[in-house]
Amino acid sequence: MPFRRKDFILRDSIRIPLLLTVLAGVLLSVFALSVIPSKPALAREETLQELEERKAWDEKRKKLREEHRKKKDVKKKDSSPTERIKIAFLLQEIEVPPALSNLDPVLTDEGYYGAHLAVEDNNTTGKFLNQHYILSEVTVPLDGDLVAAFKKLVADGHQHVVVNLTAEDILTLADLPEAARVLIYNTSAPDDSLRNDQCRANVVHTIPSRAMLADALAQFLIKKKWKEWFLVTGPGKGDRLFAQAVKRAANKFGAEITGEKVWDFTADIRRTAAAEVPVFTQDVDYDVLIVADEPGEFGEYLIWRTWDPRLVAGTQGLVPTAWHRTHERWGAAQMQNRFRRTAGRWMTSVDYAAWIAVRSVGEAVTRSKSTDLAKVRKFMLRPDFSLAAYKGIKVTYRPWNGQLRERILLAAPRSLVSVSPQKEFLHPVSEVDTLGYDKPESTCRKAG
Amino acid sequence: MKSSMQIKHLLAGAGILAVCSVPSPIVQAATAYITNEKDNTISMVDMDKLEVVKTVRVGQRPRGIIMNADGTEVFVCTSDDNRITVLDAKTLEVKYHLPSGPDPELFILHPDGRTLYIANEDDNMVTVTDVIDKEIIDEIPVGVEPEGMGMTPGGKILVNTSETTNMAHFIDTDTHEIVDNVLVDTRPRVSVFTKDGKQVWITSEVGGTLRILDGNTHVLIKKISFEIPGVSDEAIQPVGVRLTSDGKYGFIALGPANRIAVIDAQTLEVIKYILVGQRVWQLALTSDGKLLVSTNGVSNDITVINVEKLKAIKSIKVGRFPWGVVIHP
Repeated sequence: MPFRRKDFILRDSIRIPLLLTVLAGVLLSVFALSVIPSKPALAREETLQELEERKAWDEKRKKLREEHRKKKDVKKKDSSPTERIKIAFLLQEIEVPPALSNLDPVLTDEGYYGAHLAVEDNNTTGKFLNQHYILSEVTVPLDGDLVAAFKKLVADGHQHVVVNLTAEDILTLADLPEAARVLIYNTSAPDDSLRNDQCRANVVHTIPSRAMLADALAQFLIKKKWKEWFLVTGPGKGDRLFAQAVKRAANKFGAEITGEKVWDFTADIRRTAAAEVPVFTQDVDYDVLIVADEPGEFGEYLIWRTWDPRLVAGTQGLVPTAWHRTHERWGAAQMQNRFRRTAGRWMTSVDYAAWIAVRSVGEAVTRSKSTDLAKVRKFMLRPDFSLAAYKGIKVTYRPWNGQLRERILLAAPRSLVSVSPQKEFLHPVSEVDTLGYDKPESTCRKAG
Repeated sequence: MKSSMQIKHLLAGAGILAVCSVPSPIVQAATAYITNEKDNTISMVDMDKLEVVKTVRVGQRPRGIIMNADGTEVFVCTSDDNRITVLDAKTLEVKYHLPSGPDPELFILHPDGRTLYIANEDDNMVTVTDVIDKEIIDEIPVGVEPEGMGMTPGGKILVNTSETTNMAHFIDTDTHEIVDNVLVDTRPRVSVFTKDGKQVWITSEVGGTLRILDGNTHVLIKKISFEIPGVSDEAIQPVGVRLTSDGKYGFIALGPANRIAVIDAQTLEVIKYILVGQRVWQLALTSDGKLLVSTNGVSNDITVINVEKLKAIKSIKVGRFPWGVVIHP
């Protein structure tokens, strides 16, 4: 656009003061925004600084308590020998994929702090019952010997091994002769095969299966009457498995997959999304786009770029998950705070699954009054086993495949949208069994 | 005879004045105080007119609420401020604060009127605070996520329940030592002694039960489960407990079952369910035992129940997520 040069000449005497004024204005507004407190209305989030202050306060109070106890000269009661229960947490290093953004750090210790917090909780109860729980954490290096590490843990007397491993590794360990004396707790592998034809009597699952997640999402979408889905699947194996679970859910609850495509572009999605996604999504008629992108390579880049104005759900967008940082109901706020104080970060679904696994050991040992593995396992699979897990109802285990029954959260990035099972979906025994593989559907013949 | 008339008038006037100056018994209307957990306010409800007369801002996340013995002060656990806020009962003006340790949820005042026992929910601790000196005198380590606080009538034994440890801890208030730990059902919330101290009633929210233990030996007398036609078992989550002082009834708030169970305190049988608002948690009785008030967290109201007829008579809208309630007198 042509312009008349003389209109745009800034006189020297104005230029510098103007620049300084603008700069001052920018600095002032940045400063002002940083000091305006912005607390969400309904949930109170402790900042990292508050967490540090709280830690320091707790230390100070602990010292005062110990001094006070010494002064009181409390006589130690005779205590019968303490029962020691050893629990192991086993994980193998994973290859960290190239990150598209540095918004969320890639976690390499998922599950550890959940197990750690649960052992603390078990020991707080345990000191009233003369039980002591000990957690051993083993991280096997990327090229290390997982089987050897497992065998060593069993030899050291660990009857409960909580694992963050792939389905293949879990089966390798579960089929070892040593594993007959052990109960393995799967905290991260969502494979439906582990809950069906590849189930094992010595494996229980405290993380939801892909089928449970897909069913939880499907129930919500059906309730909203958004029944036509466009399924976009990534190139990975996990993506395909999740897509299968979504199709099964569509069939189970009465939705229709009106379009199905694979996203396998390799160019940098941050640069190409605006151009590629509209064309990719133009020729399908649908209510909701369901994305299966477990590694998170492109799923965040679909919304706002589709041809039609449509919402996204699945592995990104509206996400079905066992735990989320937006969850504060049913006492969850307490757990979120306790976890953040311990770990310095938000609790993930795997951390939560590890917490449930270790707490299950505590509950089963306490209530069955025994550390005998067969007795403990039997008690855990009973219908009256009851663990409070901040989801409003007790969690229990499905005796036919060892899967934990739990409500599934449906979370948007900054708000909790819903919790499944949706109350419209009825079940003769327990509504939570509308999610995942129910007893008549399961092809598991070994567990229970 | 003007002067005698005047004297008669004077005498009559004096007589009337004399009668008027005799104080007639003033009936004080009962006042209910409700903490609104998400609004950070207290609602003050006149129990005669059955309406909210005042709503006042208090600190962050107010939950447990009690009154001092003479009803002049209201104590509130302002959980997210990590302290107790004390207000004047009539004006609801903040008078002072008390230290409580982190995240105070529920508390109970010893009959001595000055020792306050506070459950620190996210700290596994019971903090003991002196109300007169306004300082913490001791901390008692208990189970994970302590909440329920009950006391024997004389104040000798304090009972605290821990939600995640699933236990009731019985604490000697002289030594501040735990003398007994009893395993109860999953996620115990409230523990209350009967007026004669012979029983202690403990609710388990996720376990879905009420356990009645012997007040001295802590042995289980009875475990009560609840069955409501048309309501799934998972929705029956007992929380609040209130016992009438005549030993006739025990009222149990059943959470998302939206009902209060009425238990015959003599036979220990459930005799009735009263429908109230949504997610009913805490309960309080007027001191004459005639009215019961429940806080309905999700419908943001309280329900007033006629105890004699065992009927709900009115629901009154208060703030968001009403949590605790206390009534004086």
